[in-house]
Amino acid sequence: MRAHRSQARDEPSRPPSAHPRTGRRVAESRAGPPAGASTGVLLRELVAHLRQGRTQLRDEWVQRIIEARLLTAMSRDEIFAEATSVYDNYLDALETGTLEALQAYARSLSERIIPRGVETHEVVGIVLLLRDVLARSLFAKYQADFQMLNRVLDAYEPAANRIAITVAVGFVQERERVIREQQEAIGELSTPVLPVRERLLILPIIGLIDAQRARQLTEQLLRAVRANRAKVVVIDITGVPAMDSNVANHLVRTVDASRLLGAMVIVTGLSPEIAQTLVKLGLDLSKMNTVGDLQGGIEEAERLLGYQVVSLPEEKS
Amino acid sequence: MVVPILKQGHYLIATIPTALTDADLQDLRDGLVAEVGLYRSRGVVVDITALDVMDSFAVRTVRDIAHMTRLRGAETVIVGIQPEVAFSMVELGLTLEDVNTALDLEEGLALLDRKRKRIVKEGEARGP
Repeated sequence: MRAHRSQARDEPSRPPSAHPRTGRRVAESRAGPPAGASTGVLLRELVAHLRQGRTQLRDEWVQRIIEARLLTAMSRDEIFAEATSVYDNYLDALETGTLEALQAYARSLSERIIPRGVETHEVVGIVLLLRDVLARSLFAKYQADFQMLNRVLDAYEPAANRIAITVAVGFVQERERVIREQQEAIGELSTPVLPVRERLLILPIIGLIDAQRARQLTEQLLRAVRANRAKVVVIDITGVPAMDSNVANHLVRTVDASRLLGAMVIVTGLSPEIAQTLVKLGLDLSKMNTVGDLQGGIEEAERLLGYQVVSLPEEKS
Repeated sequence: MVVPILKQGHYLIATIPTALTDADLQDLRDGLVAEVGLYRSRGVVVDITALDVMDSFAVRTVRDIAHMTRLRGAETVIVGIQPEVAFSMVELGLTLEDVNTALDLEEGLALLDRKRKRIVKEGEARGP
């Protein structure tokens, strides 16, 4: 056991890897343990124990994961491979007490499994299962010596809790990062301002509008009005399922602001639900020029711009 | 700072070059209202492209210019409101409901031309 102590201190930043560390035990005893490091000593001792029983404990863990119906999105082999590397990283973190390597591993694990549809409760669940499996193994080993078992658990529990928290937090952070990225992507995609004729812009809005998106929409619209020297803007809200009073007010303000830039706004495609909401909210929409559908809106806009669409006479053959 | 008022045909053009003090704005208002009568102008264009802030006093003065010149026979168009300015004005409830606005000087002059033609036409229609 002593051989381990100095080694762990010598390589505090061992990279996380899935390899069983068999060759390490051969090494040396260079320095004695620092005094008062009894928790560290204990942890190292029990890590050595857990490493010895690695194959059996890991298999038991995988079995329990499958029985508990966790990670159902992954095949048995995949679970086995992930479990192996989680197991080794877990023991490393227990042994060294440093969480950086584990954090990095949790991040990369999350990156791999989030797209597979793995849920937060599953990730937390498997880590807690591992914690349980290992604790049981410690119970079994030290059951004869209650005092010793107490001390072992004193050392093990806080470290194991820290690890569980680290993995869970890592997973949730990764998730949030993905959500943030997607939000940004949606935000950029969702507000195209399209010139369809000289001085005529169309702004199709699809999906729910929240306050932030409404602001972004207005900003883009006003900029586009200026850039394209637009005279008429058709805002089509066919794809908007619902609208609250804030967003409706924002729409009215957008119409007003566009008018200040010299552009007329026509709103098209109000669904029956939105029409009812707006009337029930008692908003003053008299300033808003509304037309039933996008086609009607474009026709109205062309009329305002002085265009006339005529069908060509059929060519004589 | 005195804002120069340019006479261009039937119209007067005032381009505000930079942020003005309240007194300057009032001078501009008085100048425009006076010159509309002096030159028998039919329209006024106030260009505020250079302004990146419009406070409530500025907006009110601009609206006063529009109302006063209308009483003296000239339509006023405000042109060149920046997108950010437009939105902050609307947020403050300053929507310039009864004032003509246009994108830029060219648009403003075109708007005045259209208004004049309409008036001339209506006059002919009413004629003997």
